[in-house]
Amino acid sequence: MKKISFVVAAIALLLSVFAIATYLYNSQKAEQASANAQKNYSVLERDYSPTLGNKDAKVTIVEFFDPACGTCKAFSPFLKELMDAYPGKIRLVMRYLPLHQGSDEVVRYLEAAHQQNKFWEILDAAYETQSGWTRHHVVQPDEFARMLTYTDLDIDKAKQDVTDPVIAQRIQQDIADAKKLNVTKTPGFFVNGKPLVNFGFQQLLDLVNSEIISNYK
Amino acid sequence: MSELHHKQLKTSFDIDWMLIFICWLIATTGTLGSLFFSEVMGLKPCVLCWYQRIFMYPLVVIFLVGLFPLDRTVFRYALPIAIVGLCFAAYHYLVYSGYIPENLQPCSEDASCAEINLELFGFITIPMMSILSYSAIILLLFMFRRRTQS
Repeated sequence: MKKISFVVAAIALLLSVFAIATYLYNSQKAEQASANAQKNYSVLERDYSPTLGNKDAKVTIVEFFDPACGTCKAFSPFLKELMDAYPGKIRLVMRYLPLHQGSDEVVRYLEAAHQQNKFWEILDAAYETQSGWTRHHVVQPDEFARMLTYTDLDIDKAKQDVTDPVIAQRIQQDIADAKKLNVTKTPGFFVNGKPLVNFGFQQLLDLVNSEIISNYK
Repeated sequence: MSELHHKQLKTSFDIDWMLIFICWLIATTGTLGSLFFSEVMGLKPCVLCWYQRIFMYPLVVIFLVGLFPLDRTVFRYALPIAIVGLCFAAYHYLVYSGYIPENLQPCSEDASCAEINLELFGFITIPMMSILSYSAIILLLFMFRRRTQS
């Protein structure tokens, strides 16, 4: 019996060491991420970035997203609810970070839609039909283009625009900014320049709430 | 006289038990440590790391089962696993230190086995820790067998 309690104590000790090390490592990482985001505050958004909501809102959410990313899709309605919950107080800025194979082509179409003032509409359509134009996380650009023909987008103009070097340049700029800000996964969120370090719906909600409280007293 | 003999038997049993317990401790520390590297620090395990994990993780369960009650045949079924693990660790170490060139592979998102991701105190690498763990387990198992055979 003594031996059993000996082993149980050893397990408890090892697990607590693991938990403490995890906690210390994560809090150190969080500090570094905040410092890095502060240092690179100026590249959080660009003047061409698609934006939703009141432009004078005091809380800005920046999202680095990939249209082929399932978690980005899951966050899309959540962000809309959040903005509805605080009308006029939240501004949402979208930045491109095509990480999935073939995603860059879809992102070019989204930027083309942006030039036709249809970014949000096409993004919603893209999320809604996501499983139709991705196979095992690989984007099927032809399927995506076919889906676009069912939307209001001027598809002929968009097909011309996707080859526009300005669009390619913007996407490259977004990818470079993501690198500077240490965003390696999508969705990558910043709320008033503060990175969302521990990922999740509740964590994002908490971060937004704290910014709302400190900016709208 | 017989009481003294009984006492000696009990002490030697405790030492035998302790040897396997230390084996279990090494395997468990190795398991949790490797999980810390991959799940907390986000270092992607390369293929050779995976093979070493495959032979380290089951030892946690096998040694624990062998401890309650102490099984004298634990040597027979734990040693082969530890030896295979040691072979992978040694091979990985040679790839790591450049004695064996890693076959040229097209660049992909998978982790390279030759890339050094972590050096504790400037010289302790992950394959080195793996070699030390497997060697210590093998050594303890041989000590256990010598004691239990006599």
